[in-house]
Amino acid sequence: MAAVQGGMVDEKEEVDIKTEPQSDGLMNTNATDGRQLSPSPSSSSSAGSTKSAAGAPEDQQTLLAVLQFLRKNKLTESVEILRREAGLPEDALDTKGADCSAPSSGGTAGGVDGLDAGSLLSRVAVSSSAGTPAPTKAAVADDQPDVSVVLSAYSQQGDPALYKVYYSDLKKFIESVLDCHRAELSQVFYPLFVHMYLELVYNNHESEAKAFFEKFSGDQECYYEDDLRVLSSLTKKEHMRGNETLLDFRTSKFVLRISRDSYQLLKRHLQERQNNQIWNIIQEHLYIDIFDGMPRSKSQIDAMSGSLAGEAKREANKAKVYYGLLKEPEIEVPLDDEDEEAENEEGKPKKKKPKKDSMGSKSKKQDPNAPLQNRIPLPELKDSDKLDKIMYMKESTKRIRLGRENLPSICFYTFLNAYQGLTAVDFTDDSSLIAGGFADSTVRVWSVTPKKLRKVKSAADLNLIDKESDDVLERIMDEKTASESKILYGHSGPVYGISFSPDRNYLLSCSEDGTVRLWSLLTFTCLVGYKGHNYPVWDTQFSPYGYYFVSGGHDRVARLWATDHYQPLRIFAGHLADVTCTRFHPNSNYVVTGSSDRTIRLWDVLTGNCVRIFTGHKGPIHTLAFSPNGKFLASGATDGRVLLWDIGHGLMVSELKGHTDTVYALRFSRDGEILASGSMDNTVRLWDAAKAFDDLETDDFTAATGHIHLQDNSQELLLGTYMSKSTPVVHLHFTRRNLLLAAGSYAA
Amino acid sequence: MAEREERRFAQVSRESVALMAESAGVELGEEMAAVLAEDVCYRLREAAQSCSQFMKHAKRKKLTVEDFNRALRWSNVEAVCGYGAQDALPFRSGKEGELFFVDDREINLIELALATNIPKGCAETMVRVNVAYLDGKGGVELQGAVPTAVQSLSDDLLKYYQQITRAILGDDPHLMKVALLDLQSNSKIAALLPYFVYVISGVKSVSHDLEQLNRLLHMVRSLVQNPYLYLGSYVRSLVSSVMYCILEPLAASINPLNDHWTLRDYAALLLSNIFWTHGDLVSGLYHQILLSLQKVLSDPVRPLCSHYGAVVGLHALGWKAVEKVLFPHLPAYWANLQAVLDDYSVSNAQVKADGHKVYGAILVAVERLLKMKALSLSHPGEWCFNAQTGSLAAAVGYSSPGLSPPPESLSEAAFGIASHLQAGSGGCPWEEWAPVSLPAMYLELYSFFGDSLAVRFSTGPGLDSPPYCPSALLREPKKEALGQGSNSDTARKMPQLTANLSISPRRDGSPRTDPPPPSLAAAGPGRSLPRSSSAQRSRYSSSRSAQRLTGLPRDVFPKARFASPQNGPPTFSFVIGGRQMGQRCQGRRPFQTVFAPTPPPAAVPPRAYAHKLPVIGRVGKPVRRWTCSHYSLLLPL
Repeated sequence: MAAVQGGMVDEKEEVDIKTEPQSDGLMNTNATDGRQLSPSPSSSSSAGSTKSAAGAPEDQQTLLAVLQFLRKNKLTESVEILRREAGLPEDALDTKGADCSAPSSGGTAGGVDGLDAGSLLSRVAVSSSAGTPAPTKAAVADDQPDVSVVLSAYSQQGDPALYKVYYSDLKKFIESVLDCHRAELSQVFYPLFVHMYLELVYNNHESEAKAFFEKFSGDQECYYEDDLRVLSSLTKKEHMRGNETLLDFRTSKFVLRISRDSYQLLKRHLQERQNNQIWNIIQEHLYIDIFDGMPRSKSQIDAMSGSLAGEAKREANKAKVYYGLLKEPEIEVPLDDEDEEAENEEGKPKKKKPKKDSMGSKSKKQDPNAPLQNRIPLPELKDSDKLDKIMYMKESTKRIRLGRENLPSICFYTFLNAYQGLTAVDFTDDSSLIAGGFADSTVRVWSVTPKKLRKVKSAADLNLIDKESDDVLERIMDEKTASESKILYGHSGPVYGISFSPDRNYLLSCSEDGTVRLWSLLTFTCLVGYKGHNYPVWDTQFSPYGYYFVSGGHDRVARLWATDHYQPLRIFAGHLADVTCTRFHPNSNYVVTGSSDRTIRLWDVLTGNCVRIFTGHKGPIHTLAFSPNGKFLASGATDGRVLLWDIGHGLMVSELKGHTDTVYALRFSRDGEILASGSMDNTVRLWDAAKAFDDLETDDFTAATGHIHLQDNSQELLLGTYMSKSTPVVHLHFTRRNLLLAAGSYAA
Repeated sequence: MAEREERRFAQVSRESVALMAESAGVELGEEMAAVLAEDVCYRLREAAQSCSQFMKHAKRKKLTVEDFNRALRWSNVEAVCGYGAQDALPFRSGKEGELFFVDDREINLIELALATNIPKGCAETMVRVNVAYLDGKGGVELQGAVPTAVQSLSDDLLKYYQQITRAILGDDPHLMKVALLDLQSNSKIAALLPYFVYVISGVKSVSHDLEQLNRLLHMVRSLVQNPYLYLGSYVRSLVSSVMYCILEPLAASINPLNDHWTLRDYAALLLSNIFWTHGDLVSGLYHQILLSLQKVLSDPVRPLCSHYGAVVGLHALGWKAVEKVLFPHLPAYWANLQAVLDDYSVSNAQVKADGHKVYGAILVAVERLLKMKALSLSHPGEWCFNAQTGSLAAAVGYSSPGLSPPPESLSEAAFGIASHLQAGSGGCPWEEWAPVSLPAMYLELYSFFGDSLAVRFSTGPGLDSPPYCPSALLREPKKEALGQGSNSDTARKMPQLTANLSISPRRDGSPRTDPPPPSLAAAGPGRSLPRSSSAQRSRYSSSRSAQRLTGLPRDVFPKARFASPQNGPPTFSFVIGGRQMGQRCQGRRPFQTVFAPTPPPAAVPPRAYAHKLPVIGRVGKPVRRWTCSHYSLLLPL
């Protein structure tokens, strides 16, 4: 392991420099709760002057600012209309405009180019003045506010009363366009709605905001319901400070994919109607990914939308992903196995020879899609690992070939007396141990086989044993400590994720207390507490080759660690909400993360870059699973749907509908033929993964545009639904012989 | 609030805020209250939203108070304490109808502390597996039954339960056997376990009926031996039922015709069986049981049958338990027992018979102790024996049994029933427990049992060397003892002992008027049942006892009535003969002790005897205790 380390660190150092600033920025937004918001130096200087501006004559000031802005942009007609609407004298603007024309010239640039600075600034301004509705009725002219600041803060504001008009106008327009464009243009509704609402709230038009929300929230797609709920609870400007979800909405651009024709249509309409309000929002907060060709259909769009930040940009999924598997080290499988021979004396040895050859030749040929063997440094195989590999190969020969006609048997491991406290489960690969994470901060490990769990003897006793003896590994174990289960104490909050190391010597657990802990399964003690996530850690997993592991949590980043480093090697930042689940690709070169921003991201372990963004889920993603060949990914979310993804092309392959509640567990059978999904709805469902992948023919056009045509064949692919007895399925595991193990705690 | 917002959110009205402020002693203006109320509403919603993610990640459907508190803690708000209870909080309206509050009852702590219905502890979290679906087809069996969850039993199970209990407690012995056999092998009765355990706990109510008690114990045995049952925390209940049968002065014991001794033996056997097969579950109980056995043994008010139970119980728990509890306690106990055995009055006959039972049980226990100890000594390397040659006092004053026994003791416990396994036991030193050296122990025990102990160790053929050598020659006797142990062990098992003991009362028409032998040395050959080796043996014993008396201080025995023959002329020579099994042909072995004269028992009016019947240790006991003892017998009935 030590040898491995050197290479990794050197590369890592460089990358860390790259990623850190990014993550730092992100961390700050997370860490600084609204209440303890520390204004950046640039904005704090101007905060003092804004104080009075945000006071009572706010409305008038705002208007003036807007008028000025309009005039600056040579929108004389609008200026006239607004002035007349507001009932301001014609010279009001002139005098004030003259006063502040000088400073405004410098300020407007800043105001227009970035809302970020403005939003931060205005928040500061509000926090200082919100408590006292300042009754300074002093003449506006007396303490003339810094107009540039006002302008930047309100650059987006129009007449609150007109928001409704603008929106319904656009709605009317989109409803009237040709059917082929309508679906595409309808995508604009949701982000527009949110931004307009936020602006209203932001500018203290509470009642207008409420009315706006009431009127149009019903039009939004049902899968935005959760966000709308958050949104509706937010009616005051102060509320926005602490609300991270909305902060994201304002700071990141919502991505829409629209065909060129539709886009032109929209643009022309907005320009005709002089609807600058909406146009500005589109310009500033939306990223419109324009493509040439036929507009997409409603179902196509629906399949891909649903995430917090819209769809993925097409170029985000263009990077090459080496999804192939690494070449397995060549290990001589001893053929002269007695029990093998005993089982069937003839036939077996004969059959095995060619089989082994074919396997050997397969592994010799380098998969073109596989990463280089040494792309990331991996730990060398120890003797015990080789033994385990041999065991694995032997077991594989006895594996049951699953398929549509040959479904697996299911064994259910029920946790009794867990009192709803079971939060995570994991099996070792050889299915010999099962571990549970519990809400009472404990981790419990059970032996599933008759072999009991034993600790290593104490140091003093270890000195006494004969180190040269053949059974030294047996001798070091303390027979006195043998028991069916062991409890690991150490966390101070619910344990949300656990993972066994491939060699079964270690166990990882992550918890609400913000730490990931590494436990030894030889001594049953905690070895390391990895601190880095300062917030609850939702999931963690060991690399299939051991040594590395990944964790993700409430701080919206996933981290890559090595067991012998107390600091992370990589920080994967980019998700807009909590990272809820993390998985390693079978070749250990990639990590996939699911988030409650309803996107899935694939990260390159070597570079730390995000190489795939998958959108389409309508709820937080709670489980992920790679197919054994590394080509496909399955994901399950609170919406009860399971989606299949083609990693190479970056496309959704299939949608499996059936579960009625959150899918918490997914697992492919050992040969990838069957996908099992377990859910909160107390069922295990089996899906024909082979068929789903076989039917797939990806043409160049689809690959290029990313437009997918999903057929609704969930019912065809569903092979079976298996009920448990009021036991939500928390974990699934296929044994090496393809017996399906499910686990969950009995909900009395 | 005048303008109600959307209904779907929790609302805190401005009146509520004003009221709360008032209760905190702050006067709030209307406006202020309104602003605060609105903010509170928002914060509430925010917290509700963020706490739901804790629920989701805990994979639950129910939002708990804890989730909410976690959300508060992460947003730097103090958590709300006092609402952690699982059950729903009743929300009540005040008299005026405008006021709503959570019903917060006062709890009487004294009442709670003295409550008799102590809630049962949570059952251990565990994992059970069952094959839910075979080859993806059909439910083979619904998920395994859940033992502790209260659930309605299926009709089949209910029927089964009724049939089984009826059969076991019914009249047909054949049916009972079948039922017990099924109980022992049925794999689908996990759900019924609580019910069976409940039935078994009924031992306390049928203590007058030996037959029923026996059947219930058989039921325990079947449950314990059922490989498909996970007893979990129920094992405690079972153990307590078994302990009841071992220790309690059962109502059935009043009638001397009832063979409650067999019941106690069987229960003890069962106890060791439980420890042997379910060691992992009951390991925590080991010490507790040891303590209660010790308590019974050291309580002179308890009837002899309880003492008997304690001894066989200790024996069942293994020789280490005997060494740890019985052996140090023996000197004190011996005096009391001796007093009973010495009393030849007619009214004492029954008690005396009981006393012989206890005597026999102790003898068997210490014999096993000596054998096992010798055996363990003969395993060099694995047993680093602390050859402590210190005075007996050091050993007797053993530290309190607060130290937990090493897990091996559990396996040791099984030796009572699986004596053939003893050779395989490496054993392990009792940590922190200073063992008495074998010679010292033997010496002491010999002082109590005399030849009846020695006989056990000298039955081997060709025994030339004495069974005991001074500690310098420690190794030799070890081997001897080992050899004998393996010879005789197979022949001597608990049930046989019982049979033997039931005979022994008949034999106690002790020759009270035996002429006192002039000396111990003369006593041996002077016995009426001489044997070829007996003279030899007696010689050893006499020489050893002489050695003992001169070599070791005996002042640790406060009530020891042994007077060295050299010291004064013996007034009494008393023979207690218990014919021991396996040596029936030899008749009773003489047990010789020289007694100082005791106050004549006839001094006590015969009437009082009725009360004192089950009481031993009446010699020198204050009268006040008698009444107590009287109740101690009657109360549990």
